[in-house]
Amino acid sequence: MTGSTLDPSQTSLNYHHDATAAGHHEEHPDHRIFGIYMFLIAESMIFLGLFTAYLTFRAVSPVWPPPGTPETELLLPGINTIILISSSFVMNQGNRAIKQNNVAGMRAWFGATALMGAIFLAGQGYEYAHTGFGLTTNLFTSTFYVLTGFHGLHVCFGLSLILLVLWRSLKPGRYSSESHFGIEAAELYWHFVDIVWIVLFTILYLF
Amino acid sequence: MSATSLEPKTEPHKSPATEDRPWTDYFTFQTDHKVIAIQYFVISFVFYLIGGAMATAMRGELATPNPDLLGYDNYNGVLTLHGTIMIFLWIVPAGTGAFANYLLPLMIGAKDMAFPRLNALAFWILPPAGVMLIVSLVTETPQAGWTSYPPLSVTSGQLGEMLWILSLLLVGTSSILGAINFITTIINMRIKDMTLFDMPLYCWAMLATSILVLVSTPVLAGALILLSFDLIAGTAFFNPTGGGDPIVYQHLFWFYSHPAVYIMILPIFGLVSDILPVHARKPIFGYRAIAYSSLAICFLGLVVWAHHMFTSGTPGWLRMFFMIATMAIAVPTGIKVFSWVATIWGGKIRLNSAMLFAIGFISFFLVGGLSGVMVASVPFDIHVHDTYFIVAHFHYVLFGGSVTGIYAGLYHWFPKMTGRMMNDTWGKVHFVLHFVGFNLCFFPMHILGLQGMPRRVVQYNPEFATLNMVCTVGSVLLAISTIPFLINAVWSWLYGPKASANPWKALTLEWQTASPPPIENFDEEPVLWSGPYEYGIDFDREADELSVRDLLAEVKAEM
Repeated sequence: MTGSTLDPSQTSLNYHHDATAAGHHEEHPDHRIFGIYMFLIAESMIFLGLFTAYLTFRAVSPVWPPPGTPETELLLPGINTIILISSSFVMNQGNRAIKQNNVAGMRAWFGATALMGAIFLAGQGYEYAHTGFGLTTNLFTSTFYVLTGFHGLHVCFGLSLILLVLWRSLKPGRYSSESHFGIEAAELYWHFVDIVWIVLFTILYLF
Repeated sequence: MSATSLEPKTEPHKSPATEDRPWTDYFTFQTDHKVIAIQYFVISFVFYLIGGAMATAMRGELATPNPDLLGYDNYNGVLTLHGTIMIFLWIVPAGTGAFANYLLPLMIGAKDMAFPRLNALAFWILPPAGVMLIVSLVTETPQAGWTSYPPLSVTSGQLGEMLWILSLLLVGTSSILGAINFITTIINMRIKDMTLFDMPLYCWAMLATSILVLVSTPVLAGALILLSFDLIAGTAFFNPTGGGDPIVYQHLFWFYSHPAVYIMILPIFGLVSDILPVHARKPIFGYRAIAYSSLAICFLGLVVWAHHMFTSGTPGWLRMFFMIATMAIAVPTGIKVFSWVATIWGGKIRLNSAMLFAIGFISFFLVGGLSGVMVASVPFDIHVHDTYFIVAHFHYVLFGGSVTGIYAGLYHWFPKMTGRMMNDTWGKVHFVLHFVGFNLCFFPMHILGLQGMPRRVVQYNPEFATLNMVCTVGSVLLAISTIPFLINAVWSWLYGPKASANPWKALTLEWQTASPPPIENFDEEPVLWSGPYEYGIDFDREADELSVRDLLAEVKAEM
C-alpha cells in the first residue's frame, strides 16, 4: 500500500504507484453492511422510544383503552401479520438465488416480496378506513395511528428499496454472486421492518 | 520518505491540501474528511458567535433587575435560541463533527472516513437547521426553552415551536449519520497492527460518544414526532386535558438529553487526554483506565436521565435509583481527572496556549463535576432545581468544560489543519481573558442559585442585583476574549509562520504526515512504531533486561 493515494495527478507520475492503485479496490473492504447495522440500531431506538411511550400511557391510565374506544378488529391485521412475516422468508429465497448468480430467480422472489408488501399496505389502508375512530379521538387512537403509521412509512420505504433493486437489476451484470450489496441491504431492512411489526402487533393488538 | 524520494521529480510535489484546493471547495459538497471538518469548524464557530451574542444580550438584560433591554417579549425567545444553538449547532458539531472528522482518520492511519458521501451529507444537513433557527428570529421564536417541555411548548406559538422541532430533527439526523460513520471507521479502518488499545484516547472517546449518539438521539426524534403531532394535528400525547402525560415527554427528552451532556463532554475528554501528554512530555497516566472509563460513562450516562426530573413528581424509589446511578458516574469521571493530573505531575510542561486551555479545562470541569455530584443528591436538588445554581453547574461543564477543551484542541491541532502556527502570546491573552471572564461570569451564579434566584427570568428581586452585575461584567470579558482568538486564528491562517509536520513532537499518527495533510492523508504509509503516548520512556534501558535483583538494588541505592 505504498500507493496510498488515488489522486490521479500523483499516481500517473510513477508506474509502481499505478500498480498498487489498481489493486486498491480489492484491498478496500466493504463497510456498508456494517453501516446498515448501525443505522438499524438507530432506527430501532426510535421505535423503542415510541413503544415505551405507548406502554407508559397504558400503564398510567386507569382504564385502557379509554372508555368509548371501538374494539379493534383482529382478523385483518392478523392476516396482514402472516403476510408480512412470510414475505421475509420469500425475500430470503431471493438472496439465496443471487448467491448462485441466478438474477432471474432473485427478481421473481423479490417481485413476490414487493407484492406481499403492497398487500400489507393495502390491508392497513383498508383497516384505517374501517376502524371507526380518528387520530384525535383519544390517547389510544392517537398512539394507534402514530405507531402503525410510522411503521407503515417504513414498509413503504422498504418497498421502494425492493423496487429499486428490481429496477437496477434490469441492467445485466449489476448484481452477481460476488456483488449484491443492494440486495442484502434491502433484505436486512425488510427483516427489520418485519421484526418491528411483530413487536408492534403484540403490544398494540394482542397484549 | 523512502518511497517518495525515489520518484522522478518532474514537477514540485504539491501535497498540502490548501495549496491544491481552490477555496471554493470549502463551500461546496466535498467528500474529503478534512474539508468537511473545516466546514464543521467554521460553521459551528459562526453559530457560537451568534449564540454568544445572544448570551451577551441576555446578560445585558440581567445587569439590572428590571426588564429594560430585551423585555418580556423577546427574552424567552433569545433564551431558547441561545441554548439550542450552543448545544446543537456549536458544541455537538464542533466536538464531534469537526474534531472527529479531522482527527479520526488521521489518528488511525486511514485515508478517509468509511462513508465519505454520507459524511458530507451529514454536514450539509446542518446549515438548513441553523437557518431555520435564525429565521425564527424574524417570524416567531420558540419560547419554551431548549427543553421544550409540554404543555408550555404546545401553547406558546405553533410556528416558532415547529421551526425548532424541524431544526432539531435535522441536527439529530446529522449527528446519527456522523455516529454511524465514526463507529464504522474506528472499528474497521485502523491501520494494520493498530489494536483498539493502540488508539489515541480521542478515538476511544469518540467510540463511546458515537454509541451514545446512536442509541439516544433517535429517542429524541420519537419524542419530537409525538410533540409535533400535539402541536399540529391536535393529538394529546403530552397534554393532560386530553388524557396525555407531559412526564412521558420529559422521560423521552432526557433519555436523549442527558446522554447529550456526555456527547458534548466525552470528545473533549478525548482531546484533553491527547493534548496533556504531548505538552507534559510524559506518557498518559492510566491509558486503559481512561479508555474503559469512557465506556463506563457511556453506559452509566444512559441510565441516569431522570435526575433532571426529581421535582416532576418522580416516585421515591425511582429517585433513589437515579440518584445512586448519577453519583456512580463521578467514579469514572474522577478516574479521568486523577489520571490527567497524574499525567502532568512531574512532567516537563510546555505552558503554551493549548496546554493552558487543557489545564484550564481540568479546573473548570472539576468545579462543574463537583456541583454535579451536589445536584445529583435529591434533597439538595429539590432545593436548587430551576435556580441559577443549575445555570452555574451546566455552564461550568459545557462552557468551562467543552468550550475550553475545544479551544485547547484548536490551538493544538491548528498547525496540522492549516499548516501554520498560531501566535502563542495572543493565545495566552485569550486564555487569561477567558479564564477570568468565565469565572467572573459563572461563579457568582452558584451563590445566586443558593440564595434562591430562579433561572429563565427576565426580572428578578433587586437583592440579587450586585452579583448579577458581576456576572454581566464577566460575560462582557468573555465576549471580548473571542476577539484575540478570532484575529489570531484568521491572521495565522493567512500569514502565520509555516508549521512543520510535527511541531509539538507528538507520537500519534496525525503528526506523521505533512501539515496540512495531502488529499488522501499519507503520502507514504504511516508506521506504528510506538504507542500513542510513549514519551520519555527509555526503551534501550528496558532492553537490557535487568534482573529483578538488579532492579531492587537500584531502588535501594536511591532510597
